Amino acid sequence: MGFFWWGIFPYIVGTILVVASVYRFVFRGTSWHAPSTEIFEKKWLRIGSLLFHWGILLAFIGHVMGVLIPIEFYESIGVTDHLYHFGAIAGGGIAGLMVVIGLIILLIRKFSNPRVKVHASFADYFTVIWLIVVAGLGTYMTLVYNTTVVAYEYRVTIGPWFRSLFTLQPEYELMTGVPLLFQLHVLSSFILFAAIPFTQLIHMFSFPGRYPARAPQQYRARDGYKNSRP
Amino acid sequence: MRIKAQVAMVMHLDKCIGCHTCSVTCKNTWTNRPGMEYVWYNNVETRPGPGYPKEWENTDRYKGGWTLRNGQLHLRAGGPVSKLANIFYNPNMATIDDFYEPWTYDFEHLHKAPKKENLPVARPKSMITGKYIDKPEWGSNWDDDLAGGSEIVPMDPNVQKLQEHIAMEYEKTFMMYLPRICEHCLNPSCVASCPSGALYKRDEDGIVLVDQDACRGWRFCMNGCPYHKVYYNWNTHKAEKCNFCYPRTEAGLPTVCSETCVGRIRYIGVVLYDADRVKEAASVEDPKDLYEAQLSVFLDPNDPDVIEKAREAGINESWIKSAQESPIYKMAMKWKIALPLHPEYRTLPMVWYVPPLSPIMNHITNEQDLSMDGYIPAVDDMRIPMEYLASLLSADDTSVIRRVLLKMAAMRVHMRAKTVGGMDEMKASKLLQEAGTTMEELEDMARLLGVAKYNERFVIPTGRREMDDNLHYRQGACSIEGLAPAEGMVTYPYERSDLG
Repeated sequence: MGFFWWGIFPYIVGTILVVASVYRFVFRGTSWHAPSTEIFEKKWLRIGSLLFHWGILLAFIGHVMGVLIPIEFYESIGVTDHLYHFGAIAGGGIAGLMVVIGLIILLIRKFSNPRVKVHASFADYFTVIWLIVVAGLGTYMTLVYNTTVVAYEYRVTIGPWFRSLFTLQPEYELMTGVPLLFQLHVLSSFILFAAIPFTQLIHMFSFPGRYPARAPQQYRARDGYKNSRP
Repeated sequence: MRIKAQVAMVMHLDKCIGCHTCSVTCKNTWTNRPGMEYVWYNNVETRPGPGYPKEWENTDRYKGGWTLRNGQLHLRAGGPVSKLANIFYNPNMATIDDFYEPWTYDFEHLHKAPKKENLPVARPKSMITGKYIDKPEWGSNWDDDLAGGSEIVPMDPNVQKLQEHIAMEYEKTFMMYLPRICEHCLNPSCVASCPSGALYKRDEDGIVLVDQDACRGWRFCMNGCPYHKVYYNWNTHKAEKCNFCYPRTEAGLPTVCSETCVGRIRYIGVVLYDADRVKEAASVEDPKDLYEAQLSVFLDPNDPDVIEKAREAGINESWIKSAQESPIYKMAMKWKIALPLHPEYRTLPMVWYVPPLSPIMNHITNEQDLSMDGYIPAVDDMRIPMEYLASLLSADDTSVIRRVLLKMAAMRVHMRAKTVGGMDEMKASKLLQEAGTTMEELEDMARLLGVAKYNERFVIPTGRREMDDNLHYRQGACSIEGLAPAEGMVTYPYERSDLG
């Protein structure tokens, strides 16, 4: 079973993510958007959306630091395990709480505001609830498990396993000894990744990073007419 | 010099009767679908009044348009970096309540109600939630013809600026109509506000459009436009706006709002301008200089040099000819009787307004005894305060309004003298001199403003398609298929069966 969950399942998720996203971009282009409900309600959105989005950006940076950057890097620059875990628990805890609190506000807003509720689809509810599951597990691991049971050293198990996925040589045996809580967090987040192309989560790929670099005014000509002579 | 052509519109407010035919035909054409019920690409506001959406001119709140800092143009709501920092929540965006919650009526009940003592009624029902609205408190043209009076009128930001008190008594107050569409600006702040680059200005005719495939629904255009003429479709989650009926103008036809205008107040034509001078014109220090600066970017279509440069820029003969016969060029640039709406937003808007004159003349009590020179002070003492018009059309510069009104008054006086006698007195009066005009010009003006037929009011060259491949195949195809859902395939969210 370990081989399926840690050696095959991630590639199924990756395939769904890439193929379905490309399909949506090419054939369902008009559905690619950030489906905002700010026009219906903005007081609670302000608190919920800002907490959630900034929290998840922080959490993303935290995951890059914990999972993508190898432990050897921290050792080489002299960051001790104790210092690392102190920072990870503090930073990750704050980010996790921001995400979970923001999501709960957004979820309550979703079903208590009649204007927002009527426009919420199954995919919208699934996204928010599943994000609460993933982020809740992560926050619990960071704030409770790591402080009461043991500061689990995922940098020697989950980290190398995740990186090995990209070299197509998944070291699935690294994951078999990982505590169940951590396994569940990883698996639930992979299910979330597979859901990205089918939900509003797709808008994360559209962050308009090129905006500051482009000219303020945009002109477009119908092809072939631009410089043609009469 | 970078010559571009722009289709533009003039609205002669003297002739607007406030019938909303333009709004209704526009709505039936473009915005009668789920997600767009609250949207009016064209709307007619009664002024003074808060407008649509409420207080759209309150730039402190919505932060639309451009502002000048250290001689540089900046988006008032913040530049790209600040926008990216605010992308998770737009603090300046209007909500549906600033427009209004659209509703229909429960007509079904009229059919199904059992026999009762009282007649059944069709209750208003929200088109957002599907729930009954027992007491609608705002709607499209809720304040039509000064309805709401002294409670509603003070919401008008232009009124708040006025020094003098506005009388709201029926016999003393003033009123005018202001039909509004997208301005298709030369320096559009909605385009600059779009993080995705989905909004663009068409190279050929200057129409500002939203690329529905590129729009990601970030919504900065909504309040980035100081005229509040970009709307969020809550059904498709994309921005939509007035498209100057481009499928019609490409075929040489006027926009639907112009075609159906009962008072025939609208004029459409082409103007040529120098795109290289736009930024400079929008960046002049004093807002009162913006009107003249805007006029300076337009080029004389009869100048041989301009014609030569236009040809080099790929503008074809029919477009150059249209520019030469353009009613817009005559009214806005030559006679200078049409003014841009809120030039202080620095967007260089391309829908121009001839300020209304009629209510002024009513103020003169003994018109038959009035000498022709008597019209000069009468223009200063009119029913619509000149400061109010200046706040709308000339960045508070009343001298611009005064000059236009004098010219319009002179035109009336002259045309009357021509018919009923008094030409000698007209020639002797200072009115012509004061208005800075000539009798020939006044007669040309009277022709275009009062008599002009369809093909004089609308001088629109067709879009260039002669180089398209396979024109035969495309015949009858619709260029906007895919934008709107096919008829009969739309269900309101509140009608979906999967919702309890």
